[in-house]
Amino acid sequence: MAEITLQDIIKPENLVYKKTDLMTDKPLSYCPGCGHGTAHRITMEVIEELNLAEDTIGVAPVGCSVLAYEFMNVDMTQAAHGRAPAVATGIKRVWPNKVVFTYQGDGDLAAIGTSETIHACNRGENIVIIFINNGIYGMTGGQMAPTTLPGMKSSTSPYGRDVAMMGNPLKMTELVAQLPGTYFVTRQAVHTPAAVRKAKKAIKKAFENQRDCKPGLSFIEIVSNCNSGWKMTPTDANKWMEENMFPFYPMGDIKVDGQLVK
Amino acid sequence: MGELKLMKGNEALAEAAIRAGADAYFGYPITPQSEVIEYLMAEKPHERTGMVVLQAESEIAAINMVYGAAGAGKKVMTSSSSPGISLKQEGISYIAGAELPCLYVNVVRGGPGLGTIQPSQADYFQSTKGGGHGDYRQIVLAPASVQEMSDFVKEGFDLAFKYRIPVLILSDGVIGQMMEKVELFDPIPRWTDEEAIANSPWATTGKKNGTERRIITSLDLDSHKMEEHNIKLQEKYKEITKNEVRYELIDCDDAEYIFVAYGSSARIAQKAVQLARAKGIKAGLFRLITLFPFPTVKMREMCGKGIKGFLAVEMSAGQMVEDVMLAVRGCAKVEHFGRYGGIVHTPEEVLAALEQKIIGG
Amino acid sequence: MTEEIIIAGFGGQGVLSMGKILAYSGIMQDQEVSWMPSYGPEMRGGTANVIVIVSDERISSPILTTFDTAIILNQQSMDKFEKSVRPGGVLLYDPNGITRHPQRKDIKIYQIEGARLAAEMGNAKIFNMVVFGAFLKIKPVVKLENVIKGLKKSLPERYHKLIPLNEDAINMGMKNVVAL
Ligand SMILES: Cc1ncc(C[n+]2csc(CCOP(=O)(O)OP(=O)(O)O)c2C)c(N)n1
Ligand code: SF4
Repeated sequence: MAEITLQDIIKPENLVYKKTDLMTDKPLSYCPGCGHGTAHRITMEVIEELNLAEDTIGVAPVGCSVLAYEFMNVDMTQAAHGRAPAVATGIKRVWPNKVVFTYQGDGDLAAIGTSETIHACNRGENIVIIFINNGIYGMTGGQMAPTTLPGMKSSTSPYGRDVAMMGNPLKMTELVAQLPGTYFVTRQAVHTPAAVRKAKKAIKKAFENQRDCKPGLSFIEIVSNCNSGWKMTPTDANKWMEENMFPFYPMGDIKVDGQLVK
Repeated sequence: MGELKLMKGNEALAEAAIRAGADAYFGYPITPQSEVIEYLMAEKPHERTGMVVLQAESEIAAINMVYGAAGAGKKVMTSSSSPGISLKQEGISYIAGAELPCLYVNVVRGGPGLGTIQPSQADYFQSTKGGGHGDYRQIVLAPASVQEMSDFVKEGFDLAFKYRIPVLILSDGVIGQMMEKVELFDPIPRWTDEEAIANSPWATTGKKNGTERRIITSLDLDSHKMEEHNIKLQEKYKEITKNEVRYELIDCDDAEYIFVAYGSSARIAQKAVQLARAKGIKAGLFRLITLFPFPTVKMREMCGKGIKGFLAVEMSAGQMVEDVMLAVRGCAKVEHFGRYGGIVHTPEEVLAALEQKIIGG
Repeated sequence: MTEEIIIAGFGGQGVLSMGKILAYSGIMQDQEVSWMPSYGPEMRGGTANVIVIVSDERISSPILTTFDTAIILNQQSMDKFEKSVRPGGVLLYDPNGITRHPQRKDIKIYQIEGARLAAEMGNAKIFNMVVFGAFLKIKPVVKLENVIKGLKKSLPERYHKLIPLNEDAINMGMKNVVAL
């Protein structure tokens, strides 16, 4: 019998799912079960569906997604820790007709990059910010993040976050929603198929806003897990996230078309 | 004898901070030095000694917390690794300008930019020539063992207060991450508030009735005064250069060839000395302990005594070698060898470089 | 006496802690020790290795390229470190998961079925101690009593009840190491 090649198997009639070409073929460097991969994929699917690939420039942060430029198959710039919104501002101001987005973790966006985040939002930069909130610093080995919940353990809050000593978790998304420069602010998740569909819809809206030159910045928080940093199995991590993160970081739109809805 | 422990360099440094009576540590996580703040948080120093430990929102914030607390007369420190140290440079320049004592630590990784998290010694220029703006210097201590990661914390604080100057412990990923036996020094109690006020009468601790108020600043709009201030700083640096040079000579007595190295490169070069001696090559090691002040006088002095050449061994493209050249001033051959970008050279490579660049060349 | 060792395998196999216990045991008998790990970003399932040196003298370089002994616990490490054993040196490995066995003729090769034995003892976590026992049988660089002393000193009190289990695992390794 003749050998069956990959080409024989990959026929249109057998196709149930095709990875977007806007994700490279590089194996993702994320831990199994991490939300980063899904968030990457739906972002790139949106860009593909809106046919924006040729005009999109992405900015990768410092964090586990520092290598986003290896996976996202569009022009990408890698920014210093926390500076992505400033880098994106620079790009957008000199190429106002391009579509510019940042993809950042909570340490990057809400600790070292707070100033850049707030000021980009307040200036109403016409960019998209995708903010992955996993409540911890994943890349450096599970230290406390500004988003770490009260009482939550991390390697720099080994007895649980003591808010009297370490401060309170920062709800960056609610905060930027108050600024006149934001146009669309929402909080999503990507741990179930239903959540992924919703999150993708929100990301699509954000990119449409930018494409259509709607006044202001679109800010999408995705509450995600970090099973390595939380020291849980991926399924336990998702369960823990639903039970603990979601009550503190409630899902849904906060600001739509420039109007607060919550 | 003090307590013997097996510890990582980063952990020994953190433990030493508590034992040295530090009042506060402000930091931000970065590989390969996050163990410092992790160890401190786990040890609960606020319960052991009353020491404050705070995870700042960035390195910029951390160094400015140090600026504030140091200006208020307390024993304070921070630590980071290369990209984070770059962010601290503004604050360090202010600290040097305002003549504040503090300790900070750089566990160096490969650069430039985000670079790599692997060990490097490419921050030598930044550390010794002034990484921030202005004509300033700082004392730079280069530990080559876990023991020194602990000892230099105490020594560093002493020097910082003796000269009212920032002291940098310039370590690297090898020394920070490896474990060795360490003898911990006995804890020194933290200064009481009264002691802190008495030790640092210049510090902002509250204007008491009838006393003059204190101002911490690095600003003087009158250029003449600013020049005077600069002259005073330069005199201080001269004084430090006269008094505080530290180095270690290993197998140098009969040596014809000298490796000059610090930190983990010194450990590797020490092995290269053993390999060389086994081959009949008379090699020795000049291990720098202070990088500023640099042991210029000693190196120059050795030059005339049968030394045929110096090989500067450092994990960089050639930075410290410039100071070796300045010291030797042409009286013996000086070459550089080093792997960089996060690659650690091997003792065999170091010996081969000696044979090719100095003996054969 | 100086013994230079590399231990290499997957993260989670206890590679780093095996090295740490060896180093602690060295301290217990007044020797100089160094323990230098590979380090990288936090990631599940990555490889891990550590260089441990135990010596009567001050240790120079903690980083080496050739070793007296290599303890190898996965295929990637076999591919990488078989060649780094000095002629006449020792390579100890667990055949579990190894598809290409060591080839060299100028070194001494030993096998320990650490994964299987640990599973039989009902605790996969003591795998590294079984392997450690095998190593100590081949190269008694540290005395068993000093290993136990080291464990007592390095482990928090609440784990001291596990020391007898670790001792059993070491003995199991000592008994079952096979010279090839
Ligand atoms: C100036 C600077 N400081 C610190 C670091 C170290 N560092 C790298 S990633 C990171 C935090 C990452 O956490 P987060 O943004 O939450 O992303 P995650 O890894 O969880 O996806 C830190 C502190 C750095 N690279 N640069
Ligand atoms: S460390 Fe956490 S955030 Fe990073 S890839 Fe793993 S699970 Fe994801």
